[in-house]
Amino acid sequence: MIHDLAVIGGGIVGAAIARLFGGTSLSVALLEARDDVGDGTSKANTAILHTGFDASPGTLESRLVARGYALLGAYAAETGIPVERTGALLVAWDPEQLAALPGLQRKAERNGYDATSPVDADEVYRRVPDLGPGALGGLSVPGESIICTWTTNLALATDAVNRGVTLLRGHRVLSASVGESTTRLETTGGDVHARWVVNAAGLGADVVDGLFGFSRFTVTPRRGELLVFDKLARPMVPVIVLPVPSKVGKGVLVSPTIYGNVMLGPTAEDVDDRTATGTSSAGFEFLRAKGLGLMPRLLDEEVTAAYAGLRAAIDSGDYLVDVDASQRYVLVGGIRSTGLTAGLAIAEHVGELLTGVLPHEERADLPPPPRMPNLGEAFTRPYQDAAAIEADPEYGRIVCFCERVTRGEIRDACTSVIPPSGVDGLRRRTRVMNGRCQGFYCGAEVQTLLEARR
Amino acid sequence: MSTVVIVGGGPAGLTAAAALAPSVDVLVLEREAETGGTPRHSDHPGYGLRDLRRFLSGPEYARRLTGRARRAGAALETSATVTGWAGDRALEVTSPRGRRVVTADAVVLATGARERPRSARLIPGDRPDGVYTTGQLQNLVHGHRRPVGRRAVVIGAELVSWSAVLTLRAAGCATVLMVSSYARPEIFASVGPAVSGVPVRARSRVVAIHGRGRVTSVDVEDLRTGERRRVPCDTVVTTGDWIPDHEIARLGGVELDPATRGPRVDTALATSVPGVFAVGNVLHPVDTADVAALDGRHVAPAVLAHLRGAGVVPIGAVPAGASRAGASRAGVSHAGVELRVEAPLRWVAPQLVRPGGPAPARDRLLLASDVHRAFPRLEAVQDGRRVGVVRVPWPAAPGRVFRVPFGLVADADPTGGPVTLAYQN
Repeated sequence: MIHDLAVIGGGIVGAAIARLFGGTSLSVALLEARDDVGDGTSKANTAILHTGFDASPGTLESRLVARGYALLGAYAAETGIPVERTGALLVAWDPEQLAALPGLQRKAERNGYDATSPVDADEVYRRVPDLGPGALGGLSVPGESIICTWTTNLALATDAVNRGVTLLRGHRVLSASVGESTTRLETTGGDVHARWVVNAAGLGADVVDGLFGFSRFTVTPRRGELLVFDKLARPMVPVIVLPVPSKVGKGVLVSPTIYGNVMLGPTAEDVDDRTATGTSSAGFEFLRAKGLGLMPRLLDEEVTAAYAGLRAAIDSGDYLVDVDASQRYVLVGGIRSTGLTAGLAIAEHVGELLTGVLPHEERADLPPPPRMPNLGEAFTRPYQDAAAIEADPEYGRIVCFCERVTRGEIRDACTSVIPPSGVDGLRRRTRVMNGRCQGFYCGAEVQTLLEARR
Repeated sequence: MSTVVIVGGGPAGLTAAAALAPSVDVLVLEREAETGGTPRHSDHPGYGLRDLRRFLSGPEYARRLTGRARRAGAALETSATVTGWAGDRALEVTSPRGRRVVTADAVVLATGARERPRSARLIPGDRPDGVYTTGQLQNLVHGHRRPVGRRAVVIGAELVSWSAVLTLRAAGCATVLMVSSYARPEIFASVGPAVSGVPVRARSRVVAIHGRGRVTSVDVEDLRTGERRRVPCDTVVTTGDWIPDHEIARLGGVELDPATRGPRVDTALATSVPGVFAVGNVLHPVDTADVAALDGRHVAPAVLAHLRGAGVVPIGAVPAGASRAGASRAGVSHAGVELRVEAPLRWVAPQLVRPGGPAPARDRLLLASDVHRAFPRLEAVQDGRRVGVVRVPWPAAPGRVFRVPFGLVADADPTGGPVTLAYQN
């Protein structure tokens, strides 16, 4: 079988691109190296739906984040991806940071975002009473929101599969042979043939780019460690509290999560190993020290989870999207954490770039977008839904007490379009075992349920 | 007839149910599929000594307590999770039978405690499979008959840690090392011979877990020298380090004790919220199951008094016109005398002695100690005056509850300031 298009990478960007072309006359394959979609850099970001207020004006990233913000907001409403419009507050802790705020406001305006407003220290503490002492003032960014990155990735990939895309998990690309009219991709799951190839391999995008003869950029994995605090801390953090950006990234933030927790992080550490998702003592100490300054009372609360994600940092200030018509190859590289927001806009952009060279028509008979299970704490979940439980008592049978995940939801995930391949995949689909006990009560039952479904 | 709802069907909740059911309607809400609590998964003897005068296995103990509660007339509803409050003494409940609000005239919280998992202990490293708490391990092995690994490192060396070693052994997994930060790890005398030969490293901690997919090793650091050693293993069990399951208490506005992290209670086990009581290991993380159970018996008179309208003044209540913050800062209120501890004691429960109130359950104050003392002597000091001294004929040790006769504070002035308990040198 020869596909018209093979998309490498089942993260948010790759899934969005596959979904877009899956809605056309083209036949599409989505290749994922790991055994689940969204298992790389897409699963462990700070899960913020960005307005793009602090992007570098004039860049492709600035344009696509702003566009993606609108597209993903609308798509989330259609599919049930939970979004909470919390807003963000940049907080200045020293005179230098305070002096930088007006410049950030002007920058936001150059990025097309004009809803920011300066706030004084009293207003900062009115909005976030538990903030540590020493805040001098802030900048309010009301559009910044929190979103479920896992559901976003799954919705896009599910939509793609529903549209006829062939999802190939466990297909790590090892080599590419560009022929006269087709390219052969040798993968760990067997050969895949396609006329065109899109490289959306995230942390591996530079390696895949090399398979096509390029040496344009290097991905330096930037490890970000995060601490997730107990849900009982959530009332302390009503908005996303952002630091004033510095040269080494966005610094440490305190944010509510869509699952009703509080997140502190990330650290920013360049590492060599592209699988180095371990946490470190140094990271924990750094975050605790930062947390003590930002919100001392937060550290009295229990830590529910600690994890590390890898962001695909590259030696360029912008996304790298490039079409090589001679090899029928598209690079979509250098997509940093903003790719969560920008994914749909990146797909749209790739679609426009390929209009001339890869003819395709939109299909009329598209299935409706999938309706995703709600993982958001702010919205009704099955255990709270009397009608759902009456119709199906399995939605009243809580398996995971901390996250209140029911047996009905676990069953649904296991029989969904893209079922989980293991416990971690089930966690991302249901929140099971993600709570304060980390499996003390339900771990054994969850494993049994998962295996019974295989 | 009045209704009492008991949240949690472990030893404390079931025993409270058995004590109350002859007098009032009792509903026990248990979120698991069976009542009995943690002992259900501890398939070794040692249960029921102080409450039932028996020497039982965990599962047998759980069955007996369930039977007693049921025979006393309590309704036991399983797979029923309390998820929050819909008002004073009104609880939101989810079960396969539906979503509903249960209202009661009194609520007894018996939600127990859990072990802090690896994440809450901030143990860094990779995140492979094969890292469990004792609770998860026992659930895997005894509840679901699932295999674990072959070589385990157990973090902790207290009573529950030895229980983990036994469970690992039952599953065919050898414990290659136990790691304790304390200078003198606990010796589990009654099973000593069964677990002899397990090496224990004192004054050490696990500083990293390695492995992709499955655990391959841990790094153990000597706290005195800083020296690190890699220990190959495929299983890691984090034991002890208990935290009360206080979610429902907090969601209901119940005041917590900052040291136990459980509800602050008086000697009758009343919390800061009128009509809301708390029993068992949510108060003292964690004492043995029988001691938790006896809280359930102890709370019954206070619950019945509340239902008769003779409720005592709740904790933290102050006379009209007085500043609550001011009263609590001074630790003085007409509602009773506050108990405090001085390091290396960690906490005391209950935390409030009221004039006219009962002695605590079993006539004991429960304390936690961060150090080992073979022959502990304690003193109680109130307003600069020593009000009591006691020499306790049993040792104090980290990781187990240290029980102290209530007589230590019996001579405190009921109208005086807080009483501080400390080791006497």
